[in-house]
Amino acid sequence: MSVLSAPRLLSQRPRKASWSLLTRISLPIILLVGWILLAKSTLIPPLTLPTPWQVISELKAMYLQQHLMSNIGVSLLRAIVGLALGAGIGFLLGLFSGLSKIGEEFFDATLQMFRAVPFIALTPLFILWFGVGETPKILIVAFATYFPMYIATASGVRNVDRKVVESAKTFGLRGPRLVKEVIVPLATPQILTGLSLSMVISVLALVAGEQISSQNGLGFLFAQSQAYGRNFEVFTCILLYACMGLLAAVVVNVIQRVALRWRKGVAVR
Amino acid sequence: MSTPMVIVHGVSQSFNDRAILSNVNLTIHQGEFVALVGASGSGKTTLMRLLSGLQAPDAGEIFVPQKSTTVFQEPRLVQSSRVWQNVVIGMQKGSSTKDLALQALEEVGLAEQAHAWPATLSGGEAQRVAIARALVRRPQLLLLDEPLGALDALTRLNMQALLSTLCAKYQPATLLVTHDVDEALLLADRVLVLKNGTIAHEVIVDSPRPRSVSKGLETQRLNVLSLLGVTTAGINE
Repeated sequence: MSVLSAPRLLSQRPRKASWSLLTRISLPIILLVGWILLAKSTLIPPLTLPTPWQVISELKAMYLQQHLMSNIGVSLLRAIVGLALGAGIGFLLGLFSGLSKIGEEFFDATLQMFRAVPFIALTPLFILWFGVGETPKILIVAFATYFPMYIATASGVRNVDRKVVESAKTFGLRGPRLVKEVIVPLATPQILTGLSLSMVISVLALVAGEQISSQNGLGFLFAQSQAYGRNFEVFTCILLYACMGLLAAVVVNVIQRVALRWRKGVAVR
Repeated sequence: MSTPMVIVHGVSQSFNDRAILSNVNLTIHQGEFVALVGASGSGKTTLMRLLSGLQAPDAGEIFVPQKSTTVFQEPRLVQSSRVWQNVVIGMQKGSSTKDLALQALEEVGLAEQAHAWPATLSGGEAQRVAIARALVRRPQLLLLDEPLGALDALTRLNMQALLSTLCAKYQPATLLVTHDVDEALLLADRVLVLKNGTIAHEVIVDSPRPRSVSKGLETQRLNVLSLLGVTTAGINE
């Protein structure tokens, strides 16, 4: 007689929501504890690494003396406008390139070329061309963010199941309606991956764009604290950038939850 | 049964110099149910694709009505749209569109799944959605490309009855491509045998409906099987 046992479960077991939250915050908490220990230890000179409490008091000071909130607001607005422009253009070009061979042949090579240009190198040129106002900053963000969106949209659109598109065509869906009702929804998983990359890069581009010739914004605060050697302020600005990255992740997550409800039974997870 | 709905005249098609169809002629009238059987690679699917306009013939002429719909072997539902939205995909949107979809789903027994995502349906359910999607447009021509081929035997029997009822109700000109000789004989008025890219034989089935393979269709069954080159000795139960 052979020994029988229950089949090994190949799918993931459902988990409690509270456990899920705990898992999410556990690594940040570990990092926080590590930071406190490191800051309190004598391994690192106290002037180069602030403790969390020092960062909080720094935040307070920046809030009271340097209009922190309005500076963050200005930066967010620049990031959002630049991202809307860049990701919007990337999406449209990606759609065109993914749907039509002519589109791909016409501008794919050019876009791939521009992509290799580091946007930081463009900052002085953009200031020369567009002055020191909002335009160059927004354009730098747009320039930095179009590509992830372009490549994700193009490949997402190209990977939509040909059979489903064929069948939609036989039921009379053509042109813009076919794109809007079938192709784009089915390509959304990949398009959102592109969006999330673009969002993160928009914060990076903002650092570059705001550090030169700005009177406001998080990048301006960052540049000032660097210039005056205020290490704790530099550290606080870096943390604020990290928080903006987290914000971007949360936004994409919410969009995914709403836009990809259909995918539950399709994807591995 | 007088108005011709499909006219295929001298159609030929080849892929990489290999002839798939050569000089195919076919007429299907309004309300007529025609089944097309043939071995793998005999050109059945190619003929279907030509009729649904998914590709153009190398030679010959094809005439089909404006309203023509297809049920494919796989359901081919749009995963990102709910079941009822799949039924009315591509239709002009209006206030009654949803009711139309719900009615069509009711007819195939899926009214309760109207708001489900396609990924949650079983194979048979998904295929019933595909049938509802094809019939909700009241097509003048219904193309069935092995629609039950991927289903299990029990589901297939139920679906054959469903197709038979719905086609009798709406009277489209119907072309069914199938491997299943029994299915062809149960459903069709005429069975065509496709061989080497041409329609080699035609078998008229005039038994009254509802039919059963074991009642009065045995001789025709053996006949079609032998036309397909199946030696009947082995399967004569």
